[in-house]
Amino acid sequence: MNKYSLTLLTFLFFVLVVGLSWAGMLSSYTQLILMFVGVNIMMSSSLNLVNGYMGEFSCGHAGFMAVGAYSTSLLTVWFFTTGSVFGPNLLAPAWAIALFPLILLFGGLIAALVGLLVAFPSFRTRGDYLAIITLAVNYIVKSAIENIQPIGGARGFMGMGRVVNGMKAVADIPWMMIWTWIFAFLTILLIKRFVSSTYGKGIIAIREDEIAAEIMGVNTRRAKMVAFMLSSGLAGFAGGLFAHILGYINPGSFGIMKSTEALVMVYLGGMGSLSGSVLSAVLFTLLLEILRPLQLYKWVVVPLILILLMLFRTEGLLGHRELTDVFPRLKRIFGSKEKVHAAL
Amino acid sequence: MPLFEVRGLTHFFGGLKAVSDFNLTFEGGELMGLIGPNGAGKTTIFNLVCGVYHPTHGEVRIEGRNLARRYPHQVTGMGIARTFQNIRLWPEMTVLDNIRIAHNTKLSYGFLDAIFQTSRYRREEKGIDRKSEEVLEIMGLRDYTEELAKNLPYGLQRKVEIARALVIRPKLLLLDEPSAGMNLGEKEALIGLIRWIRREFNLTIWLIEHEMRVVMNLCEGIQVLDFGEMIAHGRPEEIQSNPRVVEAYLGKEID
Repeated sequence: MNKYSLTLLTFLFFVLVVGLSWAGMLSSYTQLILMFVGVNIMMSSSLNLVNGYMGEFSCGHAGFMAVGAYSTSLLTVWFFTTGSVFGPNLLAPAWAIALFPLILLFGGLIAALVGLLVAFPSFRTRGDYLAIITLAVNYIVKSAIENIQPIGGARGFMGMGRVVNGMKAVADIPWMMIWTWIFAFLTILLIKRFVSSTYGKGIIAIREDEIAAEIMGVNTRRAKMVAFMLSSGLAGFAGGLFAHILGYINPGSFGIMKSTEALVMVYLGGMGSLSGSVLSAVLFTLLLEILRPLQLYKWVVVPLILILLMLFRTEGLLGHRELTDVFPRLKRIFGSKEKVHAAL
Repeated sequence: MPLFEVRGLTHFFGGLKAVSDFNLTFEGGELMGLIGPNGAGKTTIFNLVCGVYHPTHGEVRIEGRNLARRYPHQVTGMGIARTFQNIRLWPEMTVLDNIRIAHNTKLSYGFLDAIFQTSRYRREEKGIDRKSEEVLEIMGLRDYTEELAKNLPYGLQRKVEIARALVIRPKLLLLDEPSAGMNLGEKEALIGLIRWIRREFNLTIWLIEHEMRVVMNLCEGIQVLDFGEMIAHGRPEEIQSNPRVVEAYLGKEID
């Protein structure tokens, strides 16, 4: 009974959010924020996989988001809209409903492949040096996009709004809200399952002692490759959704600033804590909105929060722990199979 | 065919000859010791066997299969497990997880099985849980299953490390200074433990040790290493009285 209550709660939340948006009871601004919360949950939890669970320091997560955003957007715009770049649409706009999730998956796959750019160097180097490589990959992706003129270069790329409108023309339901939250839940589920399997726990062993991990049977190369690809692939989903929520993307929005936002969320929530990442993504997104009136000064306040966090609570809100460890009562409600097993 | 064979093992670190023409054969079931002064190359030999370094010359075989150019995790999969001089558990993980992760070397399911939790995944994880708990039970670590490894006292950490090596049912167990940092009582207990796991798991054991009491008590045969070269080998009582060994450890008498 207990192990289903989390699923039930998730489902209720999903129905509530989608239902309220559909009924028009949420303003489009509120809906936008809700969707950004979903995207940020994906960004923070996927970055946590590398920075928290595996203990590497990746600081170019926005690069993978950009790859996902551009590859999905290019495909949907090419397939479903008539425009100057790709000419007339290949498929009827209504097809977007069925194909959107598949295209999103494809975008994630491309982002995962770009993740190999970081995974291969990670076999030979780690720590600060790998961090610099991730930073470089972020810049490579950003400047590459800036220099491909047919897709808009630095001016950006648009047309995704028409794709979403095409879906809305068939059935007027909040499509992007639905897909964002489905993929956000999927991301959490995927990471949860990965890190609780003996296979995935190999990456935690790498964090704890890489040499011991390698000698005691963990294929560290494969583990690193899988972790980096999974992490960047999930960031690719986030990018694809982000692009279709906004309807417009430009390379500038996937710079070091975006990567820093993801880092702040991971460290705010706590390394190696999935519930922490979710919690901090919610808090951080709301915080940014609350601070919006401050305009540019927002970027003084946010780093200040990070500094205070590092000084007074290095481990983040929930470092290496899950919500159920902090509030043991929750276990009775959300008790996972493992915990029940251990109690027996 | 011998169980384990080392032939002409030689290794250079830059210009330094760390190991020179080292030979060894295990038929199976032996308990052999490797001793020598600090820096003699003992741990280097273990690292060469495990695939941490690749030897400059020579070869290592287990059950006839050559270990050349294999990664450490593959070597472990072929039946050689080891412990470390300075305990290398995964400190922030539970004892049970420490044991579980060692199964990675024999894992038959892949990424997709883990994500979709296929029946193969569930079957194998169940088997891993069972085997891990079994080993913890045998080693008397049952009470510490959910404890973080870093919270255990030193002696128990050593025991967990041995349990982690045993859970994959190795054919050959390498122990790198198992008694390092232990007090007298713990050393006595360790001698008993090593004898016992050898019978219980039907093991061949090769151990590096500084503590003469432990080596002389346990080992049937001993090899002595000095500056990367084997200077003596034989039964413990022969080694004790060998003048070259005394010289290597204590220095030469001045006439």
